[in-house]
Amino acid sequence: MRMPKSRWTVRLALGLALGAGFGLVGGAGQSAALVEAVQEDLGVIGTLQYTDATGAKVFIEGVELSIDDVGGDTTDKDGNFRIPVSSPGEYSITLNTATLPDGVTLKDPSRANLVVKVSENADQRIIFPLVTGDTVAATSESKFSVRRVSQLTLEGLKLGLYLAMASIGLSLIFGTTGLVNFAHAELITWGTLMAYFFNIYGLVGTFGFLAGWPAPFGAGVNFIIATALAAVMGGVLGYGLNRVVFRPSRNAGVSLLAQMVMTIGLAIFLRYVFVYFFGSRYRVYKDYAAQRANSFLGMELTSRDATAMVVSIIILIAVGIGLGRTRTGRAMRAVSDNRDLAESSGINVERVIAQVWIFGGALAALSGTFFGFDTVKWDIGARILLLIFAAVTLGGLGTSYGALVGALMVGIAINWSTLIIDTELKNMTALVMLILALLLRPQGILGQKQRIG
Amino acid sequence: MDWGFIFERSFSAMIGPEVVVYALAAVGLNVHFGYTGLMNFGQVGFMAAGAYGVGVSVFWLGWNFWVGIIFAFVYAGVLALLLGLPTLRLRADYLALVTIAASETIRLLARSRVMRPITGGVEGVNQFAGPFYDLSPFELGEFYSFGPFKYLGRDVWVLMVGWTLLILITLMVRQLMRSPWGRTLRAIREDEDAARALGKNSYFYKMQSLMLGGMIGAVAGVIQVIQKASVQADTFNPVITFTIWTILIIGGPGRVWSPIIGSSIYWTLIVFIENTLRQLPPDLRSTLEDTVQLSDFNIAMLRFILVGLGLMLLARFRPQGIFGSREEMALDSR
Repeated sequence: MRMPKSRWTVRLALGLALGAGFGLVGGAGQSAALVEAVQEDLGVIGTLQYTDATGAKVFIEGVELSIDDVGGDTTDKDGNFRIPVSSPGEYSITLNTATLPDGVTLKDPSRANLVVKVSENADQRIIFPLVTGDTVAATSESKFSVRRVSQLTLEGLKLGLYLAMASIGLSLIFGTTGLVNFAHAELITWGTLMAYFFNIYGLVGTFGFLAGWPAPFGAGVNFIIATALAAVMGGVLGYGLNRVVFRPSRNAGVSLLAQMVMTIGLAIFLRYVFVYFFGSRYRVYKDYAAQRANSFLGMELTSRDATAMVVSIIILIAVGIGLGRTRTGRAMRAVSDNRDLAESSGINVERVIAQVWIFGGALAALSGTFFGFDTVKWDIGARILLLIFAAVTLGGLGTSYGALVGALMVGIAINWSTLIIDTELKNMTALVMLILALLLRPQGILGQKQRIG
Repeated sequence: MDWGFIFERSFSAMIGPEVVVYALAAVGLNVHFGYTGLMNFGQVGFMAAGAYGVGVSVFWLGWNFWVGIIFAFVYAGVLALLLGLPTLRLRADYLALVTIAASETIRLLARSRVMRPITGGVEGVNQFAGPFYDLSPFELGEFYSFGPFKYLGRDVWVLMVGWTLLILITLMVRQLMRSPWGRTLRAIREDEDAARALGKNSYFYKMQSLMLGGMIGAVAGVIQVIQKASVQADTFNPVITFTIWTILIIGGPGRVWSPIIGSSIYWTLIVFIENTLRQLPPDLRSTLEDTVQLSDFNIAMLRFILVGLGLMLLARFRPQGIFGSREEMALDSR
C-alpha cells in the first residue's frame, strides 16, 4: 500500500524529470540569445612563468604578446597578460621571444605562435611553456623525484576521490538490482551540465530554460549553490530513470541482460541528447574557471581543487557512516548482500532500490560538477567510464565500500603510471588494472566469491 | 522538397556499402551474442583491429596488400583471445565491461601522439587500398545505375566484393551453426551448466566463438576502410558497437539472415530521415532550427539519439527482434 503523500512526491519528482526532458525542446531556441547575454567581456589570458633551479616559480615581467589585427599586452610583475577580443573564434597569438629575459626560452622554440580558440562567456587561458637552461638539466635528472611523485600522488588522490563519488552509485545499483548500469556515466555528465547551467543562468533561468519559459533570465548563481543544485538534479534524474524505465522493466520480468542492453541504449540516447542541446563545444564554468596553484610542501594545488577534495572527503565519510549506521544505509547493504533475505525480513526492497538510484544519481552528479572544473563537455562522463568500471571491479562489484577502495587505487595508479608512460595514455592503466583484477581476483578486493558465478 | 533525390538516396542506401559493413559486423556479433550468448560490447574494437591491421601493415610496414588483410584477421583473432582469457570464465557482464573498455582504449591508443609514427595519430592512415581498386572492372570515377540504385564505379566494385563476402560468410555461419559445434554453442547459450555437465568445455567453445565473431568483425573493418580509403581512429567510436547491436536486434538475434535484414532496414531508415530533414522547405527548416535547434550538426546527431532510443525500446519490448523468434533469443532466456 502506498500512502497518498508518497504518491504526491512521486508526481512531483516525475514532473520535474519529465519537465526537464520535454522542456529542453521548447527552451532550446532561446539558448543562443542567452549565450550572447553572458559574453560581455572576452579575452585571451595567461601567465608567463618558469621554474628556476631551486624549484621556485619565477613570474616574468615585460614580455610582449600580440594578436594580429586585435591588439597586444605586456606581462605585469605577476607575469599576467590579457588581450581583449571582441567575439568568440580562433585567434593566433604571438609571443615576442626577443622580450624574454636572458636564459629563458620557450620549451619548444617553434611554438612562439599559438592558435587559441576563444569560446563564449569566458576568457581563454593559454600557456606558453618556458624553461631556463638550468631547469632542463634539473628535470631530466630527476624524473622520479620526491616532488614529482608526491605531486602525482596528490593528483591521484584527487581523481580517486572524485571517482569514488562517481562509482558508489554504480556499485550500489548493481548490488541491489544485479544490473550493471552503463548509463551511469551520463548521470555524471548530467551533473556537470546542470552545474554549468545553474552557474551561468541561475535558478530561474535554468528551470525556465528547461521548461521553455520565455526570456529574460536571471544571472547565474554562485558555483557552490550550483553544485548543490546539480546534485539534487542528479538525484531527480536517478529517481526518474528508476521510476520510468527500470522499475517497470523489473516488474515486467525483463531479464537482467536485456536491462543491461537497455542501459546502453539509455546511455547513447542521453549522451546524444546532451550534445544535441549543449553542442560539441567545450565550455567553462563562470566561477573558478582558472586559478593559480598554491604551493605547500612542494606540491601544487589550486584552492578550488583543495576545497573540492575536502568536500569529497567529508561526503565520502558521511556516506560511509550513513551506510554503516543509519536505517536506510543498513537496508541498502542488506538488500545488496541478499535481496531475498532482506525482503523476507520486512525491508521494502523497491523503496531501497529507489533510494539507491536517488543517492547514486546525486553522488554521480556531484562528482560530475568537480570533473567539469577544467572544461565542461557533453561526453565528460563517457570519457571516464573506463576508470569507473575499473574502480568498481577492482573494489568488488556490488560491495558498498569496494568502490571507494578501488577508486582511490585507480586514481593513484593512473597518475603514477605517467612516470613511465605518456600522459595521453594514462587511462590505459585502468584497462590493465581491470584485466588484472579479473584474472587474479575477479570478485574484487572486498567482494565475495559467490557473486562472480 | 526533392522527393526523387530522397528516394534515390534511400534506395541506394538499402544495399549500399554501409549495409555490407554493418551487416558483416552484425554477423560477427550474432555469432557472439545470438548463438553463444556472449555480451560483446566492443565489436567496434574488432573492426578497428581489422582496419588498422591492414592499414598499418600495408602503408607503414610496406607489406603486400593481401598479406596485410590476412594479418588483419590474425590480429583480430589474437585480440579476441586476449580479451576472452580473463573474462569468459566469469559472468556475462564482465565480458561486457572489458570489451567496451578495450574497444575505447584501442581507439585512444590509435589516435594518441605516441602511436602516431605507426597509426598516423588523429590523421590516420591512407593510400593502402590501391591493389584492391586495381582489380576493379569498373571505371572508378563514373556513376553506374541499376534500376533505382546508383553508385560510383569504385563503390560498385566494393559492393560486388562486399556482398559476395557477406553472403559467403553468412552461409558459412549458417552451416557452422547447424554442425555439432554450433549446436554446442547454442546449448551453452541456453544453459551453460547443463552443457558442462554433458562434458563440453564451455570456456573453450566460448573462446572459439569470440575469436570467430571477432574475425568476422575484422572483415567488416577491412571493407569499411577500403571503401573509405583511409583509416581514422575516431570512426571507431563505441557508439558504432551499439548501432550494430540495434541492427542485430532489429533483425532478430540468433537468426541467419537477421544481420543483413537489420542493417538494410536501419540504413534505409536513417538515410531517408536525414535526407528528408535536410531537404525540408527553407521556412519550415528555419522554424525548426529556431525551436528545436535542428542544425546540420544536430541532424547528424539525431541518428544516435534514435539508435539509443531504439535499442532501449527493442530490448524492453521486443528483444527477439522484429522478425526473430523467442526460441532463438539469448536476451530473454536468463
